[in-house]
Amino acid sequence: MKIPYYVILPSYFAYALGFIFGHLRDFVSFFRNHVDKPPKGYAPLCRDFEDFYTRRMYRRIQDCFNRPIASAPNTWIDVIERVSHDNVTLVRTKNTRRCINLGSYNYLGFAAQDEYCTPRVIECLEKFGASACASRVECGTSVLHEELERVIAKFVGKPAAMVYGMGYATNSTTLPALIGKGGLIISDMLNHSSIVAGARSSGAKVAVFQHNSPSHLEQVLRKSIAEGQPRTHRPWKKIVVVVEGIYSMEGEICRLREIVALTKRYKAYLYLDEAHSIGVIGKTGRGLCELQGIDTEDVSVMMGTFTKSFGSCGGYIAGSEDLVKYLRYVSPGHLYATAMSPPAVQQVLSALKVLMGEDGTDRGMKKLAAVRENSNFFREELQKMGCEVLGDEDSPIMPIMLYIPATIPAFSRECLARNVAVVSVGFPATPVFLGRARICISAAHTKEDLNQALKVIGEVCDICQLKYYPPPQLSWKEKARLKEKEKNL
Amino acid sequence: MATGMVMEMKETLVSLLDAPLADAVIFGIHIDGHLFLETLLVVVIAFLLLQKSYQPEKRPLTEQEIDQLCDEWTPEPLHPPITKEMELSPPVLESAAGPHTVVNGKDVINLSSANYLGLIGHPKIKEACNAALEKYGVGACGPRGFYGTIDVHMDLEAKIAQFMGTPDSILYSYGLATVSSVIPAFCKRGDLILADEGVNWGIQNGLFLSRSTVRYFKHNDMASLEALLEDVRQEDRRKKKVLNRRFIVVEAIYQNSGEMVPLDTVVRLKEKYLFRVLVDESNSIGVLGKTGRGLSEHFNIPVEKIDIITSAMGHSLASVGGFCTGSAKVVDHQRLSGAGYCFSAALPPFLASASITALELLEDNPVLLTRLRRNISFFRSKLATIPGVVVRGHALSPLIFLHLQRSGSFAEDSVILQQIVDKMLEEGVLLSASKRSLLDKCKLGAGIRIMVTASHTEAELLSVSSSLGNVIQSVVTAQS
Repeated sequence: MKIPYYVILPSYFAYALGFIFGHLRDFVSFFRNHVDKPPKGYAPLCRDFEDFYTRRMYRRIQDCFNRPIASAPNTWIDVIERVSHDNVTLVRTKNTRRCINLGSYNYLGFAAQDEYCTPRVIECLEKFGASACASRVECGTSVLHEELERVIAKFVGKPAAMVYGMGYATNSTTLPALIGKGGLIISDMLNHSSIVAGARSSGAKVAVFQHNSPSHLEQVLRKSIAEGQPRTHRPWKKIVVVVEGIYSMEGEICRLREIVALTKRYKAYLYLDEAHSIGVIGKTGRGLCELQGIDTEDVSVMMGTFTKSFGSCGGYIAGSEDLVKYLRYVSPGHLYATAMSPPAVQQVLSALKVLMGEDGTDRGMKKLAAVRENSNFFREELQKMGCEVLGDEDSPIMPIMLYIPATIPAFSRECLARNVAVVSVGFPATPVFLGRARICISAAHTKEDLNQALKVIGEVCDICQLKYYPPPQLSWKEKARLKEKEKNL
Repeated sequence: MATGMVMEMKETLVSLLDAPLADAVIFGIHIDGHLFLETLLVVVIAFLLLQKSYQPEKRPLTEQEIDQLCDEWTPEPLHPPITKEMELSPPVLESAAGPHTVVNGKDVINLSSANYLGLIGHPKIKEACNAALEKYGVGACGPRGFYGTIDVHMDLEAKIAQFMGTPDSILYSYGLATVSSVIPAFCKRGDLILADEGVNWGIQNGLFLSRSTVRYFKHNDMASLEALLEDVRQEDRRKKKVLNRRFIVVEAIYQNSGEMVPLDTVVRLKEKYLFRVLVDESNSIGVLGKTGRGLSEHFNIPVEKIDIITSAMGHSLASVGGFCTGSAKVVDHQRLSGAGYCFSAALPPFLASASITALELLEDNPVLLTRLRRNISFFRSKLATIPGVVVRGHALSPLIFLHLQRSGSFAEDSVILQQIVDKMLEEGVLLSASKRSLLDKCKLGAGIRIMVTASHTEAELLSVSSSLGNVIQSVVTAQS
């Protein structure tokens, strides 16, 4: 995206100033011996430059992150207020502030108590306990786990599936099992940290293609296959292309149709991470393949998590029966890690039943329609206001671009003062000059909640001057005409 | 006549060549005709040497050539063909994984759950989880940085710090991701790590992701560790390098063998050679020490001497997740650089409540520890009498390994051990044999992993050991 000069020059200036002052402070504290020195003969635990960003830049705005809450992560939360007595650490106070929650991943509204899910979860807790304290191959597999694997495979449209206890561990232990040395992983530039960790753990070579750009992916594929492995030029053992359904910092939907055409043509395998898109997009919430009308056979491995849309924890991998058998035999996340907690499994099962309408009501369809409607309404209103909002239509994630580093804490603090809890992110979660406030809409947000949030965001955007695309100014004739119309209505 | 003419021509040629320089003497050298030829030769040689050698033209591949290469290339299948040994069918439980559980409609004695204090299904834990589920729902719906930090998480971190006697602690949402995130947060390229050969996969993954130099010492062999440390010291003396971060990574009770690391020796070595130590106490929290505070309490070593302690909560604490504790600096640094902390959803609040209650129960009921210890020693003494198998693992470890006396490779042993496990399930005892991933670098042998809990009764353990004796005898004699 093209950032205007009047935005980027102040950003450079701000970072440079922060940098200079940070180093000045380090210099002074070195002389006043405030630096905590390691014991004699030991290297410091955190290297200077690793720590610099944390100490001198992040610490200034640390009250905008890690905000604790004292309630369920529902549409209204009780944000606990914190104070700092020494300008370094923050301590909790007894005060809480009731805010609208625009930060949690609660797309279908299953976050807190649910009339169908919660009684069943409590029943399950009574019967199976909170944990089996063993891995799936020891005594961690219960009838619930097997049922969930069947149900999620059917839901997603694949022959078989397996379930892990943590979404991050799903990616980081499956990628090493699928591909090893001599293979190539081509991953989107903005893929999640768990995919990066899994790709690095695998030992395969990793190449990157420009974000959501099938043309660049084709270039990378052609070049990689033609040149083979680096230095030896032997042909690659296999190539796996890794993409996400909805990108969590952009709100963009992946151009899967074109990428599937490419992987078919160049005989690469496709790994789709649907963490944010399962249960949200598609007519019945079955994810990206349903939305874009793609046969699930064309995607080799489908992965997703239960944290976002289903209000639980854990992840799944869906694929062919043989692939799932092989992964059960090799994947360390299955052989060594604690099995998913049975109440969490029950929560996903119940949420899926509601979504598929098998609980006897149409709440599932209503929730899907609500999240779509709410997202589109909110995005439209923000754009009308003049903010720069990213994300595709129907995507419940909408980042509002901030750019200037000072607006990152300003937006967050001003919104909190007006009882709206938002998430603002800067470096290193986003590129250095592309700071943004990321809004996540839920099916449980009511129209009143959204209108109130919009009012507050409008005020704060005026204070922080974030309306980069203000609506065109009307002439006095047009203004008069509008006034007439409103009077008649 | 002809020769005469040739001779005449030769004479004229020579005189012609000689003529201009006839009788010329430059710098004491008599200039002759052949000198002229020699200079000409030198000039020709110099000219040839200065010519560029022949190199074929560098042409990039054309689009058609790339198309052809892409068409010719055939990848391996995504996974190798499935063989019979790849088809694992673990037991499917129909109730909680307590000391007794229901498999295939039958009640069996369960010795394969790491529920060392028997807290699964405890009414206080159920009550706490119920309350948490009613208040917070199931998931935390976000990472810790973005409204996923719920007050129970902070309470649990404070409780762990108070229990272990450290300034602070940090919570992770999965046991496997804990140590894999902690090690790369503190060790980068250029740092040195000395790790035991038998460490579990989570630690191996952390070591690989850290990109540090890793050297392994023989499993639980302090002499080997000392030799390695001496080696490092010699290298330091030879090459003057920038001081890097150095760690010794061990587990309190090894997941792969049940051995206990002699922490007093490790601490002595660490102080002598100026290393830091990271101990994974997953199997020793709530097991070792007078009040269950782990390895440091067992050896009477102040907990400040251990730089980093990590643990999974899916063992004695009857929950899911993991934690890391140490000095305030250690914990604080991970809040921004622990990958499994920053980029993953927070632990579900009901599991955090379960852990808090488990810690409180452990503090209020030290009798659990005495019961566990009694069960371990009783069971070990009975298992030692079974012929055909060797009982491995430390005397105080609740994780007991049974290795075959006549052991072959890991794969061969696994087949026999799985037969024993299957037969034992028919007899009404749930056990499990070691399973190792193809990605795991550990080379230790296969065994039956028995996990003793504080809730088992002596009668049960006696009946299990006698069934085991019979089953092992029948399988081993069938083998030979």
